[in-house]
Amino acid sequence: MSDQTTGVPHTVTRVPREAAANEEAYLEVTDLQVQFPTADGLVRAVQGLSYSVPLRRTLAIVGESGSGKSVSSMAVLGLHDRKVARISGSIKVGGREVVGMSDKDLEGYRGGDAAMIFQDPQSSLHPYFTIGNQIMESYRTHNNVSKKVAKERAIDMLGRVGIPNPRRRVDQYPHEFSGGMRQRAMIAMALVNDPKLLIADEPTTALDVTVQAQILDLISDLQRDFGSAVVFITHDLGVVAEIADDILVMYAGTAIEHGPVNKILGEPLHPYAWGLLESIPALTGEPQPLHPIPGSPPSLLAVPSGCPFHPRCEFKDRVPDDWCTTLRPDLIPRTADLGRTSRCHLKEPDKVFETEVLPRLP
Amino acid sequence: MLLYILRRVLSAISVVIVTLVASFALFFFAPTDPAGVICGPRCTPERVADIEQSLGLDQPKVEQIALYMKGIVVGREYSTGGVVRHCSAPCLGYSYTLGQPVTKLIAAALPVTVSIVIGGAVVYLLVGILSGTIAAQVRGTSLDRFMVGTTLVVQAVPYFVFALLVALYATFLPESGYHPFLDNPLTWASGLLAAWLTIGVTNAASYTRYSRASMIEALGQDFVRTATSKGISRRRVVYRHGLRAGLTPVVTIFGIDLAFQLTGAIFTESIFGLPGLGLLTLRAFGQYDLPVLMGGVLIGSVVLVVMNLVVDIVYTFLDPRVRLG
Repeated sequence: MSDQTTGVPHTVTRVPREAAANEEAYLEVTDLQVQFPTADGLVRAVQGLSYSVPLRRTLAIVGESGSGKSVSSMAVLGLHDRKVARISGSIKVGGREVVGMSDKDLEGYRGGDAAMIFQDPQSSLHPYFTIGNQIMESYRTHNNVSKKVAKERAIDMLGRVGIPNPRRRVDQYPHEFSGGMRQRAMIAMALVNDPKLLIADEPTTALDVTVQAQILDLISDLQRDFGSAVVFITHDLGVVAEIADDILVMYAGTAIEHGPVNKILGEPLHPYAWGLLESIPALTGEPQPLHPIPGSPPSLLAVPSGCPFHPRCEFKDRVPDDWCTTLRPDLIPRTADLGRTSRCHLKEPDKVFETEVLPRLP
Repeated sequence: MLLYILRRVLSAISVVIVTLVASFALFFFAPTDPAGVICGPRCTPERVADIEQSLGLDQPKVEQIALYMKGIVVGREYSTGGVVRHCSAPCLGYSYTLGQPVTKLIAAALPVTVSIVIGGAVVYLLVGILSGTIAAQVRGTSLDRFMVGTTLVVQAVPYFVFALLVALYATFLPESGYHPFLDNPLTWASGLLAAWLTIGVTNAASYTRYSRASMIEALGQDFVRTATSKGISRRRVVYRHGLRAGLTPVVTIFGIDLAFQLTGAIFTESIFGLPGLGLLTLRAFGQYDLPVLMGGVLIGSVVLVVMNLVVDIVYTFLDPRVRLG
């Protein structure tokens, strides 16, 4: 979880704008389920996920590998193979329903209103086509323009994402770009049609730390210019602190905590999020042994009953009547602060955090 | 690039020379008796000696090799019974049994083999790549299983059995035979149709499997997902992005296959009665016609080396990451 963490999570560098209640959601996911029937059984990759993102805001989705963050966001772009994945629930983007959308409508929607940046720019760009060619293809799919116009647009976009000498670089192949430059090109390709929704799936994981910071700045800047809604998937809490307005913590295919970035990183309410904070190494003071969360994430073939986190939770004894093992908690406000929700039966989690967890943090 | 090609051509020439020397040694040191074959059943020792002298077989072996090489580069003279025949470069000698220059025999046989192989290749590439691509897209369905099963059945039948079945039972096809393309392209094509279909269908089975495997891998690549996320149509994703990447490994196999087939489609030529390289060398084998055999070896090694070079050069156009040098 903390292998690529770039900073101390509870020093939030970005001050999130106040969540205005009247901001209309551009992306609205309601009770999303994604299941894959396999020979071993039904893989419940996403179970009852709900969240929303208004324009000009960034939602970070964090969680371990296999928690359903990528699967759920691929569903937002309709990228799952119908023959392989069963999807139910609702995904509304700008008022349009994506679940069950026809192939023809999906083609117009993908890359136009909503675009995606992938994790590894090395493998996500086609090795046999020039960068310019790939950006132009995306632009010409959604705009009826000549090759010449599209090329000018590609050059303009490469310049905007900070690629020096774009007029020359536009005719180069991905292998002639460095890792960071490739990811910039990928971002240019995603943004070429001014998408209102941008999904970034771990866009900095494959990059080294200095380049990572540049790419994060770039995405923030571009979001300001383009005014889009951004969903940022990562498992790196340092990156979250850097870029997000809100955080959604995922575990076993469902959201377990949701709220503004400074609240979630500063005083989270779910024992899983506490575990995440404890697993981050301190960058100052005496080296301390790390406190990993015991156990491992559950198999999505057999998600635990009740609260999916209960086999690993050290606080489950505080909850009466075996609720943790039998009753799935709802994602609701647990404290006086109604702007944040959590999926946990524990009473007064803010007090537990302050008195028991905070002193243990490095 | 040019320098690379030059270097490759030089190394190709040395490979061909080594092959020639090796096979020359193999054939001429073997206990063969070409003079006896030429002379026939009623023969006197004097006549055999006479023939041996005219063929240069009485010379030391090293000298024979040198003469042979010299013949290829600048030509050489043959004297039979006081008559001197000049064989101009590239001279591969005279057939012991047919009395004609080997170059002339090869020049007559090569177009036949090339016609058979190229036509067959067009069929199996089209059928194989298309059905492989379709099978990859419907992977796991009954259509996919049917296609893979069919390829297995076709591949399980020995090639000559398949060719015989076509020759015997596919009587609705036009009669086989070779007519030069330049005389009449239509009769050329109709005479070769049966051979093309036979080569095409049998090889299409393996090309279906290559392309299917290659396309399944290509369609699972991240860049195919990226292409989909751009909103381009499924067909464009498969045929522009997937096939482009999936075809590259197939090209390598095709280059090797083509080179191999060009050295002589022996079964096809014998069964359909097409006088190509395979038939020529096969006949030469039976009759100790060493100059013709050597000619076959030369053509074979040149074709192989050239095809390898062609594949490498084609690769630089297919994959921009490949740089020669």
